[in-house]
Amino acid sequence: MALKIILNNKEETIEKERLTVAELLQIKNFIFKMLVVKVNETLVKKQDYDSTVILPGDKVTVLHLMSGG
Amino acid sequence: MNTFEKIQKVLSSKIVGIAGCGGLGSNCAVALARIGVGTIIIADFDVIEESNLNRQYYFYNQIGKKKTLALKENIEKINPKVRVVAYDIKLDSKSILNLFSGCDVIVEAFDKAEMKQMIIETIMTDMPEKPLVCGVGMAGWGDSNSMHVRQFGNIFFCGDGKTEASEKIPPLAPRVSIAAGMEANTVLAILLKDEIELSGSYSTTII
Repeated sequence: MALKIILNNKEETIEKERLTVAELLQIKNFIFKMLVVKVNETLVKKQDYDSTVILPGDKVTVLHLMSGG
Repeated sequence: MNTFEKIQKVLSSKIVGIAGCGGLGSNCAVALARIGVGTIIIADFDVIEESNLNRQYYFYNQIGKKKTLALKENIEKINPKVRVVAYDIKLDSKSILNLFSGCDVIVEAFDKAEMKQMIIETIMTDMPEKPLVCGVGMAGWGDSNSMHVRQFGNIFFCGDGKTEASEKIPPLAPRVSIAAGMEANTVLAILLKDEIELSGSYSTTII
């Protein structure tokens, strides 16, 4: 079964039945060291990436930050 | 009243907070001051160094000065009608909430990714309704068309979203000014939303 979510304003289908934030970051190759992750309206901290489960229809935002300004 | 007078009238009562007075903050603040944003709250802890002058809105004779004081001085020379409130402080979650909670829009203008993450997480957690305009990815040169604005709820990202500043790829005036200009332009569009009615075919969106 595939999982349909909204990732950064776009519909995405992930070929997995159960998905954590850590797995999503790996699948999408979001390997940057400085990220802000939000699932629906909740901010997910780095230490909770493994334990936070993404459900069908969830709105996930992954922001990648880099130095410069 | 012509359109710019109408714009000035709207902006004169607005408050914009700018977190950081480096390349993004100084250039963004100056753009917002020129068009007449009523109050600009700026915060930074740093002192101007010669190496900053390749992109930051300061002058050679201001080297050694506090950035907040120098920026206030420069803005007052450009548009003395703007009220500049300057805080010489290293911002953290607590002071961001204290200083910027009354602002209509907040501009993220830090250089370090950790600080960008800190302000985004602070606003998301404690002021999720507050528009936050960030600068993300503006080092290097050329590649102008990679600069763009993205929206995630009330958070706006201005820049190429990929180029990290480093010893090898320094941040330089042209692209930093583009990112700062995009931030100021996004702030302006947020402040003018539903405020200025133009007849005819001109219509504009925030991003």
